[in-house]
Amino acid sequence: MDTLFLYSGAFLAILMFLPLYRAVFGPTILDRLIGVNAIGSKTTVLLIIVGLIYNRVDMFVDIALAYALLNFIAVLAASRYFQKKRGLYAEKRSD
Amino acid sequence: MKKALPSSRADKPTDSNLSQTKRFRQFNFGTLLSFFILFGLWVVLSGRFDGFHLVLGVISSAIVALISGDLIFTSPKIRSILMLWLRWVGYVPWLVFQVFLANLQVMYLTFHPRMLDLIDPHIIEFDSRLKSDYARTTFANSITLTPGTITVNATVLGRFAVHCINTKSGQALPGKMEAKVAKVFNE
Amino acid sequence: MNILAAILLIGGLIFFAGGAIGILRFPDFYSRLHPAGKLDTAGQFMMMAAVALFVLQDLSWQSFLTAAKIILIVIFVFITSPTATHAIVDAGVRAGLKPWTKAERL
Repeated sequence: MDTLFLYSGAFLAILMFLPLYRAVFGPTILDRLIGVNAIGSKTTVLLIIVGLIYNRVDMFVDIALAYALLNFIAVLAASRYFQKKRGLYAEKRSD
Repeated sequence: MKKALPSSRADKPTDSNLSQTKRFRQFNFGTLLSFFILFGLWVVLSGRFDGFHLVLGVISSAIVALISGDLIFTSPKIRSILMLWLRWVGYVPWLVFQVFLANLQVMYLTFHPRMLDLIDPHIIEFDSRLKSDYARTTFANSITLTPGTITVNATVLGRFAVHCINTKSGQALPGKMEAKVAKVFNE
Repeated sequence: MNILAAILLIGGLIFFAGGAIGILRFPDFYSRLHPAGKLDTAGQFMMMAAVALFVLQDLSWQSFLTAAKIILIVIFVFITSPTATHAIVDAGVRAGLKPWTKAERL
């Protein structure tokens, strides 16, 4: 079971590169925001799995809870901020 | 979601018509219930059961409950609050099942090689007959979690704008889900 | 119990993979929110359930508390994920982004 947790954690870490592409090269600002949100939700799970690997779940679960809160607040604040910006769509769109 | 606070403020003038004792009792119930919820949250999150930490928890959750106790429970009767929460808990398993179906559908679309032919995104609008803020918030969140639809906008008058991923998923709205939410919130 | 936890874990990983690929493949910002908002929620739910089952195997007070915290995270995610999705959509609508339609492809 420990190896399974190790490999699923590694798979999750590799999986983060796909939203990272969207976060770096996304055509609009809100696409980047979606990428950041997806990375955050994967990190929440990854933190608990890291805790299981180190046998310290009771400590890492608090960090994961704080990270979930932080992720939500960050997305909310960023989208509140960017909706005031005109010309959000001025970046070139590539389908 | 963001409009929940102003209209609960707007409900205030009706409370002032009640007699003094009744107002006092209503204030007590909402505050007491939110105090117990906050204190349970404190106990779970701190994980220590010695006297010092428990007293700290009682003090801080009492302060928060006194300041913002009337935000969560707006209804005056404790019985209706409890029944509402029970019905809401009964609604959750159906929602989880719907979420599972939604995920299978989106997974199918994601891994389909000719995905661009299958999807047909568009925005539809419809009127909802739900009245209270909590009912509308639950309905909007349920729409977002279920197959192929995302709530774009919900106005004060009950007009919902929904983004659908294909034509089929838009036709099911408002329909069955609105009836379920209306049953939960007794409307 | 171990087998159930493993099945849930792998199912959650598949959902996460679908979400990550969906964010890359869908054509525009509005339709990208569908995999981002739903598949991530389901993946988190399943993986957290697997971890909670695994933690609950040694029945002690400490592990019960840890499982309760994990369930708290799941409840929190179920409430906030649609809200975050709605906030992003709202920002897009107010900025005047037009949704991608089928006609645009031709």
